[in-house]
Amino acid sequence: MLHFIQQLGSSTRTSFAKLGRATLFLGHTLTGAVDVAIKPRLLLNQLHSVGVLTFLIVTISGLFVGMVLGLQGYNILSDFGSEEALGIMVAASLVRELGPVVTALLFAGRAGSALTAEIGLMKATEQLSGMEMMAVDPVNRIISPRFFAGFLSMPLLAALFSMVGILGGHLVGVGLLGVDDGSYWSQMQANLDFYDDIVNGVIKSIVFGFVTTWIALFEGYDSAPTAEGVSRATTRTVVNSAFAILGLDFILTAMMFGDI
Amino acid sequence: MQHTRTQDTLVGLFVAAGIVALFFLSLQVSNIRSFMPADTYVITARFSNSGGLKVKSPVTVAGVRIGRVSNIYIDKETYESVVEMSIESKYDTLPEDTSATIYTAGLLGEQYINLDPGGSFDYLKNGGRIEITQSAIVLEEVIGRFLFQKAAE
Repeated sequence: MLHFIQQLGSSTRTSFAKLGRATLFLGHTLTGAVDVAIKPRLLLNQLHSVGVLTFLIVTISGLFVGMVLGLQGYNILSDFGSEEALGIMVAASLVRELGPVVTALLFAGRAGSALTAEIGLMKATEQLSGMEMMAVDPVNRIISPRFFAGFLSMPLLAALFSMVGILGGHLVGVGLLGVDDGSYWSQMQANLDFYDDIVNGVIKSIVFGFVTTWIALFEGYDSAPTAEGVSRATTRTVVNSAFAILGLDFILTAMMFGDI
Repeated sequence: MQHTRTQDTLVGLFVAAGIVALFFLSLQVSNIRSFMPADTYVITARFSNSGGLKVKSPVTVAGVRIGRVSNIYIDKETYESVVEMSIESKYDTLPEDTSATIYTAGLLGEQYINLDPGGSFDYLKNGGRIEITQSAIVLEEVIGRFLFQKAAE
């Protein structure tokens, strides 16, 4: 029993210590904005590995998610004789929820895990301490460009996901199932609000991008410098990102759309 | 060198595609024009029951949307529902004896206000008030009346 209490105490202390390290780490990363502004090339390379390489999985998933929404939505709506509402159904669910959330989950799996593994290996092979020896700040030089690349890529990726999804829904709904083309778009335009729906969706994706990249980079930076440590850190990145994304999504949705 | 060149192009394409997607969402998916605050003037109408009317419900004349409901509140003395409507300034020729009716789009659709222009040559101005109004049809009330009628027969 005593042992259990001891364990509880020590694990609470470790997790608070970790949260503290993560916050300091974030502050340090943000100061790297100066380095990124001076050397945009650093950011560009990372935009390639974080954004461009995630582009394909995001667009293909978006297409299929949109097509499934088109099919499922049509089946449900046709029971009520309101197939023409398919456009608003597909677009609202993509823009408000699925776009930011699914993109963020894919982003954590594709880019986040890669970032953690990369940073973790750099730490394990003592490249980061090597940079410190040369009086180069590894956080500003290595971490910050990756952070800003992730932060900038997520809203773009989420917007792409939603756009491709809406086109996928159009492909299935209008192309295969015979929903009227005009009402697909006009119902969407009449019922989606620029501020309430689009801007809130973009805000969500910015928040998710921020949190996911932060978690990925911190787990890599904080990993034990061994092969096992890196593998554990990568797992933690994906798991913690998923929790953070889904939990934050609920909070953000409650603030934006629910009158709580 | 060649390598970074392609990398630059790819990043450029990626950012351009993202921006195109954002534009697509704002222009094609949501109607950004309705977001732009157009010049409007406010008129009010009093209803004994405004039913399921909400802020931002459309205000139409002959089926064309000319404005939106901007505020709904209750008059503390008369217990009437006061509905404020923002009408786009280009539609500034609503006669003073215009009447307002609350309709439902479809059987279960959302409610909107339809304005029926009268014949007066004086036009409603900012802060003007519509005198002739017809309340929302509350479906339960209609069904209740119908059942009472049947029972009485």
